[in-house]
Amino acid sequence: MIAAIGLLLGVGLGLLVQPEVPTWLQPYLPIAVVAALDATFGGLRALLDGIFDDRVFVVSFLSNVVIAALVVFLGDQLGVGGQLSTGVVVVLGIRIFANVAAIRRHLLKA
Amino acid sequence: MTGPRGTGHAARHELTGRARLRSALVPRANQRQILAGALCALLGFAGVTQVQSRDEDSVLESARQSDLVQILDAQSQLADRLEDELAGLESSYDDLLTDGNKQQTALEQARERREALGILAGTLGARGPGVDLVVVDPERRASAIRILGAIEELRNAGAEVIQVNDVRVVASTYVLDGDDGPEVDGIGLDPPYVLRAIGDAETLATAMGIPGGVIDSFANDGMSATVVPRVEVVVDALRTPSAPEYARPAEAG
Repeated sequence: MIAAIGLLLGVGLGLLVQPEVPTWLQPYLPIAVVAALDATFGGLRALLDGIFDDRVFVVSFLSNVVIAALVVFLGDQLGVGGQLSTGVVVVLGIRIFANVAAIRRHLLKA
Repeated sequence: MTGPRGTGHAARHELTGRARLRSALVPRANQRQILAGALCALLGFAGVTQVQSRDEDSVLESARQSDLVQILDAQSQLADRLEDELAGLESSYDDLLTDGNKQQTALEQARERREALGILAGTLGARGPGVDLVVVDPERRASAIRILGAIEELRNAGAEVIQVNDVRVVASTYVLDGDDGPEVDGIGLDPPYVLRAIGDAETLATAMGIPGGVIDSFANDGMSATVVPRVEVVVDALRTPSAPEYARPAEAG
């Protein structure tokens, strides 16, 4: 519940403030958002599996974001940033699909 | 990057997914819940920010360095091409401009020449200062030689354009004695004879009036001639030019 409220709060704040993305953050923010989405869906799935743990959620959320950004940063340094961020997005996208499928099985029994 | 599926709560294992979701929706404000909520808030904030920055920013701002270099290359190549094109167009514009000027000048000269030739050949009307020489001849004593003498005298005095009654005097003009008096270019003249001449009015008038001159000779034959200087004489009799039958232009040079 608090998580849902927090999500709405964040969206509202973003719409309200409309912050400028600093230049150094620009390549990493989209990847970080996708990674956080993955973590959130994973958390929701764990909740429905009955194995949700706050600590695990927090750690996985932060590590997901940091590692995704790190991979993109590394890719940029190696000159394959574009390809690598595409790869990260693909992997995270597959995971999101898998998690959403599990959630769907729980909620719709299908 | 493992998903948050570690330690489980054995007590809730039997519950269905919906029931677990419902129970999760009950707010429990412990520290970890709040932390998770804060992370979700961060996610929402970052997501919205990213979406809006995509909306606002041009593609360039989020592009990578190598992409930017490529775009810059393409742009400068395009600029080079456009500059070349511009230079070509400007030079052809200049060419056209000078061409147009030349044509304008040629046209101007041609027009002036046509006017001069037209006045000479009698195909154009003319106006300017000059004199009217009016010869009153009620008894029709005039002879061709007198008219011709008057024309010659006017020409000698510098008349540029001459008209006798309604006949324009040109290079080929002739004067003959006809049955009813003098004829100019085959057209009989009826008195009074009016010779209009364009030239320096004073010179013309003086030339007509010298002792033993034109006026005197008309008077000797029993006619009365008067010369009237005018600020503007209008010569409106025209001559249709005829193409020369034998003469051809010789090579200029």
